[in-house]
Amino acid sequence: MFDRLTETLNKAFKRLKGHGVLNEKAVDEGLREIRRALLDADVNFKVARAFIDRIRVKAVGEDVLKSLTPGQQIVKIVRDELIELLGGTAVEAKIEKGRQNRILLVGLQGSGKTTAAAKLGLHYKKSGFRPLLVALDVYRPAAIKQLQVVGGQVGIDVFAITEEGTKPLDILRQAETHAKDKGYSLVICDTAGRTTVDEEMMDEVVGLKNALEFDEVLLVIDAMTGQDAVSTAEKFNEAIGITGCVITKLDGDARGGAALSVREVTGVPIVFASIGEGLKALELFHPERMAGRILGMGDVLTLIEKAEEEFDEREAEKLRQKIVGNEFNFEDFLTQIKQVQKMGPLDQIVKMIPGMGGMAKQLEMVDPKEFNRVEGMILSMTREERQHPGIINNSRRKRIARGSGMKHQDVGRLLNQFKEAKKMMRQLAKMGMGGMVPKGAIGRMMKK
Amino acid sequence: MPKDQDNKDRPQRKGWFQKFTEVISTDVTEIGKLREQHAEEDRQYVEQVAEIEATEITAEDQLPSTDTWLEQLSGGLTKTRDKVASRINTIAAARRGIDQDFYDEILEVLLETDMGMEVAEDVLKILKREIGARGANDTSEACDLLVEVLGRLIASDEHTITPDDMKSEGIETAVILLTGVNGSGKTTVCGKLSNRYRLAGAKVLVIAADTFRAAAIDQLKIWAERAQVDFQGAQEGRDPSSVVYDGLARSKTEGHDIVIIDTAGRLQNKVNLMNELEKIRRTVDKHIEPDAIQSLLVVDSTTGQNAITQAEVFGEIAKLDGIILTKLDGTARGGVVLAIKHRMDLPVLEIGVGEGLNDLVPFDAATYARSLLGDLADDQIDWRGRTGFND
Repeated sequence: MFDRLTETLNKAFKRLKGHGVLNEKAVDEGLREIRRALLDADVNFKVARAFIDRIRVKAVGEDVLKSLTPGQQIVKIVRDELIELLGGTAVEAKIEKGRQNRILLVGLQGSGKTTAAAKLGLHYKKSGFRPLLVALDVYRPAAIKQLQVVGGQVGIDVFAITEEGTKPLDILRQAETHAKDKGYSLVICDTAGRTTVDEEMMDEVVGLKNALEFDEVLLVIDAMTGQDAVSTAEKFNEAIGITGCVITKLDGDARGGAALSVREVTGVPIVFASIGEGLKALELFHPERMAGRILGMGDVLTLIEKAEEEFDEREAEKLRQKIVGNEFNFEDFLTQIKQVQKMGPLDQIVKMIPGMGGMAKQLEMVDPKEFNRVEGMILSMTREERQHPGIINNSRRKRIARGSGMKHQDVGRLLNQFKEAKKMMRQLAKMGMGGMVPKGAIGRMMKK
Repeated sequence: MPKDQDNKDRPQRKGWFQKFTEVISTDVTEIGKLREQHAEEDRQYVEQVAEIEATEITAEDQLPSTDTWLEQLSGGLTKTRDKVASRINTIAAARRGIDQDFYDEILEVLLETDMGMEVAEDVLKILKREIGARGANDTSEACDLLVEVLGRLIASDEHTITPDDMKSEGIETAVILLTGVNGSGKTTVCGKLSNRYRLAGAKVLVIAADTFRAAAIDQLKIWAERAQVDFQGAQEGRDPSSVVYDGLARSKTEGHDIVIIDTAGRLQNKVNLMNELEKIRRTVDKHIEPDAIQSLLVVDSTTGQNAITQAEVFGEIAKLDGIILTKLDGTARGGVVLAIKHRMDLPVLEIGVGEGLNDLVPFDAATYARSLLGDLADDQIDWRGRTGFND
């Protein structure tokens, strides 16, 4: 996420850091690089210009130029301004317990509204809401079915009227009655994609928006969007008054700059970021973390939250004890693989650990099926073998290979890898990091 | 990623990119000579552009000369050129001298189209030379030249395979492979293309190889029904390559002329999904001769610089032959296709301009160049008037 921008900015910063003492000319040169990086990252050109101007004013100040580490100072200024550009502080959607909430999702065609609807539903379902998804896209072929399918995948009810010729407004009204009757606490409305120049469709969405009181009107924006993101956001905002944005497809390698511009130009906060195909891959949008991520500073806080969500603390502590005591065995390993898989794609997780951004590239190469193969081999072991891997001799290896449909050498490799991993984890656990495991440990580290 | 990786299958004609680099790396005084060298290749195209431009230039010449574009607009002039002017603000119509301010303003207009800094700067370089070579001396003429330069940069001889091509090349079954990131509009394009081929008298089969996205197969099925073409369905979650295999086998027994494959949307940095695509392409390669395959990347015109990476990665994996630029009926212009053409010589073959069955039209460089700076929703640009195969 934002890989390219980070790369390019780092290059520019390196150059800035190279100058022991900065002069105005060197600053200008660095800023030009940054401007170019921002433009290459699809930041709106007006926003980029304003951004650079703000940085210049601060960077050319006497204090910075005279300081011993002017390059680092500018990096800090850029980071602070970037956070500002991203909206300052995290904004929570105004969804509250104890009442019925309503969210309206709008956006261009293909921006990811339907998927976002299911993801939002799951997000709030997890925190105790009873969501209902409402299918208002009566135009795109099979759009209603798509919502029904993804709704089914996350176990959330979907309200739809498939009868030909039913107007979205009528569906919305009936959905509202249905939601009241059945006591849903959150109604999420998925609308059809529309271009802002299509007056008829814009009128329709205005009608939908005015028909009910919505707590959140969220614009769904594709992270790959270019300069047009700003005008799209402006026009939706003018027409219906959006309250926030959801940025989708951030798991791609798009630099996502246009999304950054939207906040600056419309003043509307980005509330959610969608970071994967899995329906769990939705995060609250945290400007300060995102800025850190852009600048290659990692995103430890998100990682901790993810870990906390998926790991049982007591389990984790037990596991940590085992690692330290060198009792970690294949059964624990199996549990751990399952937990890591629950957290999401491995490369996404690693990217959030500071200094490991580069490793993520390699991990993208890891085939998720590899997990399944490893699982297969472990499951082909006897309980005793799993608990005491040391006893696995040649003939046992052959049997495990046959049982899991793998080669003899694959089992050997797994055993070696396990030995190595065990060693490494033990060291990490002693250091207080404990692989992916103990939430407490990482948390303590962060509080320092 | 090799920049010219897809050049090897192309004819050995001096490429646009070569000419381009020659021009920008040559001393200004040499430009005249170079222009002569390239003249023959370019003449035909320049004539075409001139033809299109001529009518409008005449129209403008008949107008009373006015000082501001606002006055021109109130004078009832709604030609595209002045929509261009409205985008470039006072630039063109102001008829002032060509100075640095002019170039700065043009640069911003170019950046706003998403063509990217690199190409925008190159366009300005070429524009400066053209202005010098042709002795243009006011902003209005300069803007005309700009449209011409842009048109030349994006022009190509390639087009989507037609029944006539198939006849002359002796192709029995042609396969069109549609790829792209999520939400770019592949399924819709698939429906529209199949309709066009059916209307041209071809027997068409569409293959639903998007077995991942919920209801994608149903979506394509509805399109196939609308377009009245044959449909190869699949179970959700099935290996897409095997669906493609089934479809190709069926096309052989049932004698389809055109097979269009709709694949699942995938982000190009997802290695596993790209491996899956590679397998699909291998399956097609095994059963269809190379000349009969057209591999097309569907790009949403709202996409920014990421489209370049898309073209690079998909280009390598799916062996792309061209781009289909969709959703041009909105406010986005898709100028990033200039950057793609610049880097990889990958041409745009089709554009999507709406949601109707007929809203996919063959790409026309000159029209696109005008629209790039003007307003695509402009009535004056009659995209839908051009639904034929050859123009």
